[in-house]
Amino acid sequence: MNWEEIFIALPKLWDGALVTMELVLISCLIGFVIAVPVALMRASNNWWVSNVPLIYTFFFRGTPLLVQLFLFYYGAAQFDAVRDSMFWPIFKEAYVCALVVFALNTGAYTAEIFRGAIQTVPHGEIEAGIAIGMTKPTLYRRIVLPRAIRMALPAYGNEIILMLKSSALAYTITLLDLTGVTRTIIARNYLAIEMYFAAGVIYLLLTFVFIQVWMRIEKRLMRFQA
Amino acid sequence: MFDFQGFGPQIAYGAWMTIQVAFGGLLIGLVFGLLGAGAKLSPYAFLRGIGQSYTTVVRGIPEILIVLLVYFGGEDILNRIGDQLGYDGYIEINVFAAGITALGVSFGAYATEVFRGAIQSVPRGQIEAAIACGMQSHQIFWRITLPQAMRLALPGLGNLFQCLLKDTSLVSLISLPELMRNSGIAIANTKEPFTFYFIAALIYLTITSVVLLGQIYAEKWANKGVQRANS
Repeated sequence: MNWEEIFIALPKLWDGALVTMELVLISCLIGFVIAVPVALMRASNNWWVSNVPLIYTFFFRGTPLLVQLFLFYYGAAQFDAVRDSMFWPIFKEAYVCALVVFALNTGAYTAEIFRGAIQTVPHGEIEAGIAIGMTKPTLYRRIVLPRAIRMALPAYGNEIILMLKSSALAYTITLLDLTGVTRTIIARNYLAIEMYFAAGVIYLLLTFVFIQVWMRIEKRLMRFQA
Repeated sequence: MFDFQGFGPQIAYGAWMTIQVAFGGLLIGLVFGLLGAGAKLSPYAFLRGIGQSYTTVVRGIPEILIVLLVYFGGEDILNRIGDQLGYDGYIEINVFAAGITALGVSFGAYATEVFRGAIQSVPRGQIEAAIACGMQSHQIFWRITLPQAMRLALPGLGNLFQCLLKDTSLVSLISLPELMRNSGIAIANTKEPFTFYFIAALIYLTITSVVLLGQIYAEKWANKGVQRANS
């Protein structure tokens, strides 16, 4: 182990870690915004309403994230219509592509997690809400969603950790996230084991810190149980 | 429907390779998982510590990092050892071996938790009954614990296998000629990235769907001796 080189590389690795954190944070926020309406549709009793978003979740949960990334980043350029459109300057950016794909991917997984939670909200509570004359939006806003999100918290936390780890794939489309930076450093100093080890430790630290924060959030949202 | 432009066989070979990698990883992963669960449930604190650090570390770092570490890092280590022993040449690792080992190690860490949970939920009374019958501990494991734990572990393992199937795409990054890699080669020649990555996506969808059906069937088979409450 060459500790000195690890020490020299640390500031650069930290820059990469910042990019990783930023990617995960933004894509999870967008993913959450996508997931809630999709989950509500998936939980609907109407066949059409519940099965049309299934195409979206089925595709994004059934294919590897790497395929999705390449499909968007390299695939979009195949069409002249895309390249000539006004959105091209935005879409040719690897960063935007990674964000869009990560958000759609985590959105699909999160939607299915939330759907499961929405469907397990105790039936009596919904009936009670109807009995006191709540309209459907009120019912969802006050009873179904708050209940469902609390039940989904542990699974949702896992999904965010998975996203944190999947975000390492961003390096394949030229982004300099933690893994990307690690690989550029290795290309220069040939110390594969040391640098991957350092990156692994940083990823471990990130997940560890996230788990601590998430447990705090869970405790706070579930404080009525204590 | 799609114009493969002569790359059909190569894509088909890639898909076949993907399936091989997935099952190779599964095999290694199940071994790691059982060993890990054994370590975590062992009466010796030392083994428990090893099991605990295995699952914590592997589950905390990205799969792709494990793949890169096993491939490039493994090669690095072997060459450093080779230098020490006075071997001049460059040692290369087989990509397939590195790929399935890396995927197996990461699968095994998650499988450890699944097996541990399953083994722990085999009723204590049954083990006591087996002891009372005079079974030895390895007999208890093979005859009582494992068959029942397998049934309980099946849903969890199925989900993990779905993840493993998708993670096989990662070994394309160490240039193992599987589906993604071969699609990439086809794209380099035809300049049609969307077409070929879309085909790849559809093939992955097909594989995961077939595995899902197999999983449902297997769970039904494993649970046929179990009575369900009518709801």
